[in-house]
Amino acid sequence: MTATVTDHDNAYADLLGSDDAHWAFGHLPEIQQGEDPLAGVDTTVPAGLDPAGLAAYCLFLGDDALVMSHRLSEWCSNAPDLEDDIALANIALDLLGQARLLLSRAAAADPSVVPALPEGSPVPAEDALAFFREARDFRNVRLVEVPHGDFGHLVARLLLFATARLAAFERLTAHADPVLSAIAAKGVKELAYHRDYAARWFVTLAQGTDESRRRLLAGLTEVWPLQAELVATYDVAAETGVVLDEVLAAAGVDRPAVGPMSGHGHTEALSRMLAEMQVVARAHPLGTW
Amino acid sequence: MNAYAVAAAVTDPEMPMLTLEDLGVLRDVRAEGSEVVVTITPTYSGCPAMATMRDDLVHRLSEAGYAARVRVSLTPAWSSDWITERGRAALRAHGLSAPGPAPRHDGPVALNLLPTRRDATCPRCGSAQVELTSEFGPTACTALYRCTGCLEPFEHVKEH
Repeated sequence: MTATVTDHDNAYADLLGSDDAHWAFGHLPEIQQGEDPLAGVDTTVPAGLDPAGLAAYCLFLGDDALVMSHRLSEWCSNAPDLEDDIALANIALDLLGQARLLLSRAAAADPSVVPALPEGSPVPAEDALAFFREARDFRNVRLVEVPHGDFGHLVARLLLFATARLAAFERLTAHADPVLSAIAAKGVKELAYHRDYAARWFVTLAQGTDESRRRLLAGLTEVWPLQAELVATYDVAAETGVVLDEVLAAAGVDRPAVGPMSGHGHTEALSRMLAEMQVVARAHPLGTW
Repeated sequence: MNAYAVAAAVTDPEMPMLTLEDLGVLRDVRAEGSEVVVTITPTYSGCPAMATMRDDLVHRLSEAGYAARVRVSLTPAWSSDWITERGRAALRAHGLSAPGPAPRHDGPVALNLLPTRRDATCPRCGSAQVELTSEFGPTACTALYRCTGCLEPFEHVKEH
């Protein structure tokens, strides 16, 4: 298809080039395939693995990524400078990608986890899981759902999260489910960047000014009670401890003397966050996006 | 033109100087019955360009007379080592710095508290006096650098 545009009055005409395929308005409806991130991947659950258990585990891993991604995306345009704004958006995007793969994997392993939608709804399984479940059905840890504080709080939370998740994903690369192990292998490369980013800022803030150190320590003290649930859920207490000790030593910071937060389930913050995240999708269960 | 040549000529939507073949995301093109099945692999899990790549592949192949379907492959995970020599030259010609060898690790991934050291050179003036501005750039796969020689900022495609 070649369109010859010779509109000398329109300064923007030449920008479009000759192929509309690169532009949203040029897309033909008949070539819109589903955007299933696992399109064509063999999602058969290997013999010997419990499909429901695998789905529940992928939901937990996916929900952690989804909720943390949403919290990080709230930083967009609010970070201390442009580079960190971009960095946090990148990390949020990596986690959103992990969430899409994991929620899709959960749905393929056990379709009964996907909420029912009105007949004729074009909403794919990953979106149904993200946008049409209640807070009580989310399996994420509390660390990822609490509202964000200042940049010191962000750095402390991201360090704890990325450290535990990276350790877990390194182990999951050997998981018996080839889909989950492939998702983990991709995730390891991404999480290594996230952990380094948080750890460098942790040391920088700790060794910076009195104010930056004060804020970092306040943030660390606030999120530390949620660390026990995180490492227990990911089952990475030993691996995480080694890395955190290395960061804390470089930063000259002691482990906070605060105990774990009691209870389980979710804080009220998750419901509020989901209300904002889900409202548009829920208003249009038959919508095509 | 055969189906592989059509698919191989499709360009990356975010780095259009690279074809999908040069970027290393095009894994396979084969005939299955009356269909052409193209297998691609994402660079990063959240790469937003995947949907566009998929649409572009189907679109170009259909223009060339092929009914095409796109399949995703997650394993082996994409590595920046798969960017071809021609792709690296195209990156440099367009002002981007090409990645060095991807990190390999046999045990746990080591913590790196200092900025990543790379043998990057400025794609404009060739100076080795460059400094990292941010490990995260405008797309998932690039870091931001600045040349302290000519003072121009540039993007470096990250080792992955």
